[in-house]
Amino acid sequence: MSTPAARMPLVSIRGLTVTYEGGEAAHKGRPLPALMETDLDIAAGERLAVIGESGSGKSTLALAIAGLLPASATIEGKIEWPGFQRGPAHGRDIGFVFQDPAASLDPVLTIGEQVAEVARTHLGLGWKEAYARAADLLGRVRLPDSQGALAAYPHQLSGGQKQRVCIAAAIAAGPKLLIADEATSALDTIVQAEIVTLLRRLTQEDGMTLLFISHDIALAAGLADRIAVFRHGRAVEIGPAAQVIEGPRHAYTRALLDAHIGLDAAPLVASTAGTAR
Amino acid sequence: MRGPGMSRMARFFRSPEAIAGALILAALALMALVAPLLFSSDPLAIAGPPLTPPFQDWALPLGTDRLGRDVLAELFHGARTSLVVGLAAAAASLAIGAVVGTLAGFAGGLTDEVLMRVTDAFQTVPGFLLALAFVSVVGPSLGVVVAAIALSAWTGPARVARAEVLSIRERDYVAGARVIGMHPLEIAFREVLPNALPPVLALSSVIVAAAILTEAALSFLGLGDPNRVTWGGMIAEGRAVLRSQPFLSIVPGVALVLTVLGIYLAGEGAVEGTAVRRGLS
Amino acid sequence: MTRALRLLRRRLIGSVFVLLIVVVGSFLLLEAAPGDAVDAYIVSTGGDAGLVESLRQHWGLDQSEPTRLANYLWALAHLDLGQSVAFSRPIRDLILERLPNTLLLMVSATALSFGLGSLLGIVAGARPGSARDRILSIGSLALYAVPGFWLGLVLSVVFAVQLRWLPIAGIESIASGKAGFARAADIASHLVLPVAALGFIYLALYLRMMRAGMAEVWRQDFVRALIARGIPRRRIVIRHVARNALLPLVTMLGLQSAQMLGGSVVIESVFSMPGLGRLAQEAVAARDTPLLLGIILVSAVLVVLVNLAVDIAYAFLDPRVGTSEART
Repeated sequence: MSTPAARMPLVSIRGLTVTYEGGEAAHKGRPLPALMETDLDIAAGERLAVIGESGSGKSTLALAIAGLLPASATIEGKIEWPGFQRGPAHGRDIGFVFQDPAASLDPVLTIGEQVAEVARTHLGLGWKEAYARAADLLGRVRLPDSQGALAAYPHQLSGGQKQRVCIAAAIAAGPKLLIADEATSALDTIVQAEIVTLLRRLTQEDGMTLLFISHDIALAAGLADRIAVFRHGRAVEIGPAAQVIEGPRHAYTRALLDAHIGLDAAPLVASTAGTAR
Repeated sequence: MRGPGMSRMARFFRSPEAIAGALILAALALMALVAPLLFSSDPLAIAGPPLTPPFQDWALPLGTDRLGRDVLAELFHGARTSLVVGLAAAAASLAIGAVVGTLAGFAGGLTDEVLMRVTDAFQTVPGFLLALAFVSVVGPSLGVVVAAIALSAWTGPARVARAEVLSIRERDYVAGARVIGMHPLEIAFREVLPNALPPVLALSSVIVAAAILTEAALSFLGLGDPNRVTWGGMIAEGRAVLRSQPFLSIVPGVALVLTVLGIYLAGEGAVEGTAVRRGLS
Repeated sequence: MTRALRLLRRRLIGSVFVLLIVVVGSFLLLEAAPGDAVDAYIVSTGGDAGLVESLRQHWGLDQSEPTRLANYLWALAHLDLGQSVAFSRPIRDLILERLPNTLLLMVSATALSFGLGSLLGIVAGARPGSARDRILSIGSLALYAVPGFWLGLVLSVVFAVQLRWLPIAGIESIASGKAGFARAADIASHLVLPVAALGFIYLALYLRMMRAGMAEVWRQDFVRALIARGIPRRRIVIRHVARNALLPLVTMLGLQSAQMLGGSVVIESVFSMPGLGRLAQEAVAARDTPLLLGIILVSAVLVVLVNLAVDIAYAFLDPRVGTSEART
């Protein structure tokens, strides 16, 4: 028997419309919204992937939920957080991982300090304890030599390592929701898979809800419970991951899936066989 | 269709600071041009009894100085000197700097190294000391003062020009010029330099302002052109009667502040006019 | 640490070359003067041609230019700056006597301008576009337009002459017999106005640079990430934004040292302070070429040292220095 609390979503979005100032082509004299009339529920503990190409509104959705939209953006509709008395706080309740890890870290401070300061801010820890927790977190994100890494600077790390640090900083305060906005898009393919594995493990260990934004439906397939496909600011299909991947209902979803060439797919170019080198 | 020059002007005039600056400069230019007409007699000649306070005699609106010279006339003629020195020194600095910077950037290698060390040397010696030494060696006159200021001011434009040239010389039209057999010097000065100029010219307002201030300081120390009225010289003259008539030193100083401020405001307005405004979230 | 040392070594070698150019260049410039120190001496004291001749020989002024340059360089290697004709004393002694006063003036003025300037710049840059920001912006622009010597005069008139709060001239009260703390306080009160005059102008510069720097840093993406992590605004402003914006200011410190040294010439003149700047003015008045040359050299060395120190400080502040990620 499911209790009302279990059935209550973490976030409930109704009629969300976001318009940026000076946005895309004007429609009847008003700029076209980046996100239109979106309804979405995110259940606590689930892993939801939002898939779309550029201009689909997926990043706008993520920023809107996190409360990180620019002040000039117009927001209509409702975003409700049933489990929270006051609205969710940055960092403490929502962790956000951006696309470019190099641009998410302060270049002149150590990564230890940048992770520790999150713990210190939200958990009321002293610096010593905060640094200890930071070392802990860096270990959880599988950064080699987590203790030594505390004194390292961002430019000394690789892209994948920097992103692990950003993830550590995002979860440092134990947020209920982790949003990864194209968190793998700037990384090499193998590293992408590693980060996805990391995200899956972390959300499982901590019981976090994960909102995973990406243009890569195949990548999301291995991670998500549910997949939402967005196009031109609207959701065109939302459903359990297995169902969306194997039996997509919308033509666009089918097109996205077809665009992925797996290793078992038929060769695009008929091989001029026989002319082996 | 509006061309880019037109919209830049429009953006310039949208800023109140830029308008204020432009107005001040216009007033200054007017003073400089009008001076010999309005005050046709020699400003250094005695016009009335010494130390006449201002606003007493309408023939001498700002009174007279220690020797009885008309302060208002001196003020207007001083504007001429400041403007001439400022513009000439800036022009000279920009010209020298642009040439040296282009040569260094384009030639590269040893030439670049040597020229950059020379630039370093000119930047290491305090500019005012260098000007002091130069004026004392050659003798005080307007041309010498201009040269003395340019002697240290050229290094800024040189560095900017060199940086620009370093990025320009890799571009296709330069390679094209090389292929058709243009002489390197010709390429440097016909193709590269004109395109490297805009950021160099952006320095001009700063240099003009600095030149006017340096000239004032030199004149204050008695190293300006003795045959010319300068605001710095006026301040120095007024120093002797600072207790009783501070007005004589304060007025030319205010003129200097307004002039330099006007240059800064107009300069910033010109820069803003070309920059793209980005919204802060 | 090794990174800083490697940088230091490279800059030292470059600096030696630069100083060499300064020496030769200044020597040649001052050689171009029509007439020399002996002529000036004769004009003021009178004498015949025979005296001129013997004086020239005595001072070594009758030898050829290259010989004199070589002699000069040789003497320099022994830290001998020659004799001042006007003062009839070794130049090195003269300079060493006056140098501390100028250093005191400059260090104090730099501390004032850099410290207060960056602080006010942070205040302005914490909320770009606010009323506070605009006032500080216009105010600093107006201050930067003020001629230093005029500001010194005005401050002198108001505070020393009219209000009589502070002394008018000099570095300390003459023959007051004060010692220890009392003497230090006396010198400090004499320094207030000159330091204010010299410092306020550059304060405007650092204020504007910090403000502009912070506006620039605010636009960078990592600030958005900090907000997303819920870091309090105060910490973002001070520990992150200001810390990043500080870097170009530190570089400016080095560049400004040359300008400030030049500015001290007029300030010392206005306040009759016995410093290096005033000595330069006296050297010009007496046409004492070797003295002027010595002052220029010492100034250049000072500027080089300050720039070296600044470079090392910068290397500590910016961990990217010396790597491929470094910004020039």
